[in-house]
Parts: sequence; structure tokens; C-alpha cells
Amino acid sequence: MSEPLTLDQVRHVAKLARLALPPEQLEVFTGQLGSILGYVEQLRQADVAGVEPLAHAIKLTNVLRDDEPTPALPVAQVLQNAPATDGPFFKVPAVMGADEDSAG
Amino acid sequence: MTDPDTLIDARDAVASKAVSALELTRRMLTRTQALNPTLNAYNEVLAERALATAKRVDDGEITGPLAGVPIALKDNLCTSVGKTTCSSKMLADFRAPYDATVVKKLEAAGAVFIGKTNLDEFAMGSSTENSAFGPSRNPWDTSRVPGGSSGGSATALAAGLCVASLGSDTGGSIRQPAALCNLVGLKPTYGRVSRYGLVAFASSLDQIGPFTWTVPDAALLLNVISGHDPKDSTSVPLDVPDYLATVEEPVKGLRVGVVKEFADLAGLDPQVKAAFEAAVATYKSMGATVVDVTLPNSHYGIAAYYVIAPCEASSNLARYDGVHFGHRTAEQCKDIIELFSKSRAEGFGDEVKRRIMIGTYALASGYYDAYYVQAQKVRALIKADYDKAFESCDVILTPTSPTPAFKIGEKNADPLSMYLCDVFTVTCNIAGIPGISLPCGFTIGEKPLPIGLQLLAPAFAEEKLLRIARMYEAATDWHKARPILSETI
Repeated sequence: MSEPLTLDQVRHVAKLARLALPPEQLEVFTGQLGSILGYVEQLRQADVAGVEPLAHAIKLTNVLRDDEPTPALPVAQVLQNAPATDGPFFKVPAVMGADEDSAG
Repeated sequence: MTDPDTLIDARDAVASKAVSALELTRRMLTRTQALNPTLNAYNEVLAERALATAKRVDDGEITGPLAGVPIALKDNLCTSVGKTTCSSKMLADFRAPYDATVVKKLEAAGAVFIGKTNLDEFAMGSSTENSAFGPSRNPWDTSRVPGGSSGGSATALAAGLCVASLGSDTGGSIRQPAALCNLVGLKPTYGRVSRYGLVAFASSLDQIGPFTWTVPDAALLLNVISGHDPKDSTSVPLDVPDYLATVEEPVKGLRVGVVKEFADLAGLDPQVKAAFEAAVATYKSMGATVVDVTLPNSHYGIAAYYVIAPCEASSNLARYDGVHFGHRTAEQCKDIIELFSKSRAEGFGDEVKRRIMIGTYALASGYYDAYYVQAQKVRALIKADYDKAFESCDVILTPTSPTPAFKIGEKNADPLSMYLCDVFTVTCNIAGIPGISLPCGFTIGEKPLPIGLQLLAPAFAEEKLLRIARMYEAATDWHKARPILSETI
């Protein structure tokens, strides 16, 4: 965790995050993200022996309700912001493409 | 201009018919038309709807505790009228199919919505410079930032383009702009206010709250927006006290805590430090006991925040895929992955991309324990520090921001320097407790800049927090100062 961030790592993270970034931006981000990660390194110095991780500061429990149908948004409203539609469907290019990611 | 500029004064003026809701709304819209091109407070002005609502108030069709008062909404709150853009190219044309719960509550109370206010894209930033629509400008000095991320809400109120506004606060995004614009800014306890319809940034930290000129105004607005909402399971089913009813009651035997670790923090502006020390002295002169408290893990606050918030953001912002809503690339894509990746790269600005990538990195297998779990353990330590500190005091006092408003462009090149603006505010979100910023002074100079005092209280102690804040406000005149703005600038 303490080795400096490399351009290859940043390229991989961009791919995982589904961000198609040009090479020059990857280079700028390598420096900037490296400095941010360098700063958060200090968390390792905290004495957390025996401490349970805290996801929410306020005590919360799961809230259950009866499984009763309620009115949902009409299809026209669901689709009103969609960039491309085909009848009652969202329109997308091939899901199973040439990229190895698509299969996994 | 003799119009009432505070929430309660406006409410009373409309109720007593000293001014009609329509007249008040018209004047706000006229002023907005004159000043918004310079200040860039509003992304969208909802003139037609505002005038229609105001007329219905005057006709007696709409009543309520906020009948006819002009209010502004941060543009990450979903409204069924107008757009909800989050100041992002990604959502530049997005029309929400429903209203956020807070919007519904304000509407039911009779409020008139003047417009949707500018913000750092998806509420990520401390200056409003990350907006896809350009920065908002600080009404006290238009060469400077109003703070962020709710900078447009602060600018709109400080410039008299509304009488109160709503923002959201994930790491200081209400309190810091309030401090930089001489306003009262309140972040309620996590769970006090429903987040339904607030576009999610970091779900365990986000909370909606008011900007006002006075503490009683904040109490009134909190009365209206608080409470359990079945549509947000993290909103708590606790009764909402009438905050306004008790706000003028001083707290007897008051103990104010001052944090040992913050006394000589590097980067703390000397004028901010002096104003803060004078504010502590004011409480002392009112009979409060000043208690030294220690928050030994507070120096990990920003580091923990900049792991937790990006992790949650990287997950929350996965929904922007160029398929269901939002920006879609115009380029031909060979498959859906390319469509996602190009749409997201085109739609998000740099800061949003950085945070998504930090979060993606920190959540990746092999790093998860070292970053995310470690940050959550530190979160437990920070919360425990506060629990212990509040055993010996009613509120903790700190400066809100380490510096007054900085110049537009000053911190752009170095994202980390921007993050350090949040040093006094982030731990409040991490611990889930309420915090408020109050005007407590001005810098000396040709254009004096506001300075903010922050008060932090235990979870769900807003009633006491507001009373203690009001004690300071009633003893000082800082909150009465207004920026000088010519409508012809």
C-alpha cells in the first residue's frame, strides 16, 4: 500500500470505474491520486486494536414493511430521461461485445 | 430596498399583508435577473412557477408556516418542476420524475421556490468551482469563492435573492459556505431529515439542512423539514420538537468545550483564530464555563473522510451509465462497456472522476481492508472521542473554516489543498452529529470577509444547539451585516 501509484494502476482503476480517459489525463491523475493516497496513508498509524469498523454513526436496524404492491411510475415517466428508447425499452448497443469485460 | 430579507420577517410581512407574496416574489425575481449573471447563484430560475404559487398564497388558496416566503433549493434536490442537474454535464437535461421529501414539505408549508442553486458537481468540492456551469461568486467579494459545495445556496441568500435556502452537507458543504458568506448554516444529525430525493453522494454522511440569516430562521426551517420518512429508512422515527418555540431560552449552566488539538493548527488564519477566541470570550462573558476537551483522533478526520466518501460515491455514481438517464456519448460504441465508459468520461468533471477512482481503488480487492475497513475503524475512534468530549460539555466550539473566502482559481491545481478546507467540519459528518456555523466576525481589509464560528452538539441535540447558538447571536451584531451589491454591477 505504500508504493507510489503507477500509471498502469491508474489505467486499470479507470477501466474498473468505466471511465474512458485519454492518456494525458491518466498521467495527471496518477500524480494527483498518488498525492491523495499518500495523504490518507496516515490512517495506518491510528491505533485501532480491538476497534470494530463503523459504517453508520447512528444506530440503525433494518426496516421491514409488508410486501404490498403500490403504484409505480408510469412507463412514459420512467423513460422520459432515457437517451435512447425503443418502445417500452431502454436501447443499448450489443451487451455481449468483443471486450473481454463483457463476458465477465 | 426595504423588503424583509429574513425568513421570519418575510413570513410575518406576507401574513400581515404588509407585502403581498406576489410583490415579494416579483422583487426577488427582478433582483435575481439583475445579479445572477454576475453571481451565478442559480442554475435555473423557476419564475413562472414561483409567481403562480405566490398568487395562490395571496388568494388564500395556500396557507402554512412558510406561506409566500421565497426559498432557494440546491440543485441536487429533486424537483418535479424544472431540471435537477447537480451542476453536472451528466445531468444537464435531467428532469426528476418526483419531488424530494424536503421539497414536498416546504411546498406543503407554502414556500415559493425561486430557483435551483449552483453547487460543486455532485456536491464534491469546497468552492463551487467544480460546477459544470461555472463558479458562483461570493457577494462579499466577487473575485472570491462562496465556499462549497452548497455555494449557490449561500450566494443566493447572501445576495438577497431568497430569504432562506436549502443545501446538503457531506463534509461541511452547508457550514463552510455559510461561514464564508456571513450566514447561519445548519447540518442536522444524520437521520433527522429525510434524504429521499437528495441525489446521493456519500450516503452515510449526506444530510440536508438550511441556510438562513438568523438562528430562529434556521429553527423554523428545521421544524418544517425534519421527521421520519418511510421512503428513507435512515431517517429516524423520533419526535420532532418545536425548535422555534424554545430557541430564545438561554441554557443555564452552559459548558462550552474548546478542542485542545485545534488551538495551534497549521494553516489556521490568524484573523480567524482571533475571531474564534473572541467568540469563546463572548460565551464566557455570558456566564458559560469554558472546558478544555480533547479529540485525539480528529487529525485523522480528513484522511478517513477522503476514503469513506469516495468509496460511497464510486458506488452511488455507478448508476450514471448513459442508458437509463443522463448524458450518453454521441460516438458509435462497439459494445455496452464502451458506451458506459465514454458516456461517463464525457459526462463527469475531473473532481468527480478523481473521487470515483479513489473509491474504486480503495474498494478493490487487496486494498479494501487497508483503506475502507481501516477508515471505518478510525470513524469509530472519532465518534468515541466526541462521545467522551460531550460528557464534560454541552457544545464544542471551533472555527468553521480555517481561512476566509479564497480567490477563485487559487486552489484549483492541487485537489488536496482544497480538501484541507474541511478540517473543522468533516468529523461532524463522520460522527453523525449536528453542527451549525454562525457569523462571528470579519477580516480587516478593503473588502472585509466573513468569519464563521462552528458549534457541535451530541446527536439529536439540535434543540439545545440552536438555543446555545441563539445566545451568541443575540449578544452580537455580526449576523446583521449585509454585503453591498448594486443591482447594476
